[in-house]
Amino acid sequence: MGDRVFTNLTRLAGIFVLVLMAAIGAFLVWKAIPAFRDNTGNFFTTQEWFPDASPPFFGIAALAFGTAISSVVAMVIAVPVAIGTALFIGFYASRRIATSLGFIIDVLAAVPSIIYGLWGLQVLMLHMDGITKWLNDYLGFIPLFRNEIGIYTKSIFIASVVLAIMILPTISALSREVFLQVPRSHREASLALGATRWEMIRMAVIPFGRPGVISATMLGLGRALGETIAVALILSAAFEINWHITEPSGNTFAANIALKWNEAGPIGLSALIASGLILFIITLVVNMIARAIIAKHKEFSGANG
Amino acid sequence: MAKRIDIEDLDIYYGDFKAVEGVNLAIEPKSVTAFIGPSGCGKSTVLRSINRLHEVIPGAYTEGKVLLEGDDIYAPDVDPVNIRGLIGMVFQRPNPFPTMSIYDNVVAGLKLDRSKAKGKSLDDVVEKSLRGANLWEEVKDRLAKPGAGLSGGQQQRLCIARAIAVEPQVLLMDEPASALDPISTLAIEDLVHELKRNYTIVIVTHNMQQAARVSDTTAFFNLAGIGQPGKLVESGPTETIFTSPKERATEDYISGRFG
Ligand SMILES: Nc1ncnc2c1ncn2[C@@H]1O[C@H](COP(=O)(O)OP(=O)(O)OP(=O)(O)O)[C@@H](O)[C@H]1O
Ligand SMILES: [Mg+2]
Repeated sequence: MGDRVFTNLTRLAGIFVLVLMAAIGAFLVWKAIPAFRDNTGNFFTTQEWFPDASPPFFGIAALAFGTAISSVVAMVIAVPVAIGTALFIGFYASRRIATSLGFIIDVLAAVPSIIYGLWGLQVLMLHMDGITKWLNDYLGFIPLFRNEIGIYTKSIFIASVVLAIMILPTISALSREVFLQVPRSHREASLALGATRWEMIRMAVIPFGRPGVISATMLGLGRALGETIAVALILSAAFEINWHITEPSGNTFAANIALKWNEAGPIGLSALIASGLILFIITLVVNMIARAIIAKHKEFSGANG
Repeated sequence: MAKRIDIEDLDIYYGDFKAVEGVNLAIEPKSVTAFIGPSGCGKSTVLRSINRLHEVIPGAYTEGKVLLEGDDIYAPDVDPVNIRGLIGMVFQRPNPFPTMSIYDNVVAGLKLDRSKAKGKSLDDVVEKSLRGANLWEEVKDRLAKPGAGLSGGQQQRLCIARAIAVEPQVLLMDEPASALDPISTLAIEDLVHELKRNYTIVIVTHNMQQAARVSDTTAFFNLAGIGQPGKLVESGPTETIFTSPKERATEDYISGRFG
C-alpha cells in the first residue's frame, strides 16, 4: 500500500519534470518564431548579430563556437585537476589535510559566479600574459594557441580558465563523494592481490566511480555552458569565429543574452530567445550522451556491489 | 611453492587499542590451519596481519614477528605490496570486481605483476585457475560476462580463482563460506581440501563442523573480557583440539557451552 503511494508519487514527480521541460522548450520555440521568420541571415552560419536592423540579419555561429570552445577548454583544464584532487583527498592525504582541503573545496563550490568573474577580470587577466605568451611561443604551431596580434587580454582562453576554476570545486566535491562510496571490500580485494595504492585506484575505485564521475563532469559542463556573468565580464563580445583563443575575441550564448537583453527590440528579444533555445538543446543533448555512456556500462556497473 | 609461517610474540594494535596479544603459532606448509573462537577475539585481525592487510586501517600496527619461510614480513625493508602478492586472500563476502568480466577478474592479479604472467598464456591461467576453483565448467561459455552476475557461491569460487591465479605461497580465507548456502559451503570445503595439496591455507570459521572437516591444525582464540586483547588459547592437531583440549575454555567453546 505504502509502496504504491510512493511509486505513484515518484512517477508523478517524474512526469512533472518532463512536462516542465516540454513547457520550457515550447515557450522558447514560441517566442523564437518571429526571429526565425524575419531573419535574412542564416541562423546557423551567420557571424553577425543585427536582429533589430531592418531587415534583421543575425546568426549564432560565433556564439555556438565560443560556447563550445570555452566549455571544452574549461573541461580539459578542470576535469583532470578535479579528479586528481578528489583522489588525493580520498586516498593520499592525511586525515587533517583531507578534512581541511575538502572543506575549502565545498566552500569554493558555493562561491557565486560573479565573484569568479570579477576575480578573473581584476586579478587573473593581469597575470595571464606569461602563460599565454609561452603557449604562443612554444605551442604556436597549434592554431589554437597562436596569437598574431600580441594582445592577450579578454580572450576565450582567460574565460575558459575562469570557467575551469569555477567548475573545478563542483566536479571535485562530487567525485570525492562518489569515490567514498566505493565499498571497502573492493578496495581490499585489489590490495590483497598486491596492488599499490595507485593500482587499487585504477582497479577498484575508478571503474566503480566512473558513472558518478561522468555525472559530476556533466554537471560541471552544464554550468560552464550556461555560465553568464563571469564570461560576460571577461569576453570582448566579438561576433566572429576565431580559433586563436588567446586573442581578445569570442562570445557565448549566455553572455550574449545577458549583454544584449536590455537594449534589444522585439525581434532582438526573439532572436536572443532563439539562441537560448539552442543552448537548451545543446544542454539536453550533452546530458543524453552522458546518460548513454553510463547506461552502456550498466551491465558492468557496481550496482550489486 | 607452499611456505610455512611462524608467528612469534605478535601483538596487534588499532591505534591505542590492543586487539590481540602474545600470539605464537606455527603454520605448516601444505596444511589447513583453522582459526576458531568467539566473535571479536581477533581471528580476522591475526589473519589480516599475515598479509599486512590490517595496515590499511589508519593507526593499525603490530609488534612481534611474522616469518614467511624464515623471513620477517615486518622487516623494515619489506614492502607490504610484495607480501600481498605472495599471500592471497579470500574474504567473508564474495567481492569480485563488479566492473570486470569473469576473465578479467581471474587475471586481475597477473595484470598487477607482469612478471607472474611471463611465459604463460593468460587463457591458460584463466582455465587452470577456474578449474582449480571448481568453477570452469559452470562459466567457460561466459567468460566475458560480468563476474557480479554469478551466484554468491560462484562469486566466491571466482574470488578463489582470482587468488590462486597468481600462485600465492599462502592462502588466507576469512569465513569464506559464511555468506553461502549449504551446498556452496560444501563446494568450498571440498575445494579447500584440494587446494591443500599446493598451498598453505589458513581459514577463519565460526562453524565447528567445518573446522573439524577441513583443517589439520586448529587454533582457538579467546577474549578474557570486553576491552581486553584477544589471545591464542591453544593450538594443535585438529583431532586433539576437538577430542581432548588442554584448556577448559577450549572444551567449553567447542562443545557449545559458550560463544
Ligand atoms: N578497523 C578496526 N578498528 C578498530 N578496532 C577494530 C577494527 N577491526 C577490528 N577491531 C577490534 O579488534 C578486535 C578483534 O576484531 P576481529 O575482527 O579481529 O575479531 P574476529 O575474531 O574476526 O571477530 P568475528 O568472529 O566477529 O569476525 C575487536 O575488539 C574489534 O572491535
Ligand atoms: Mg572476523
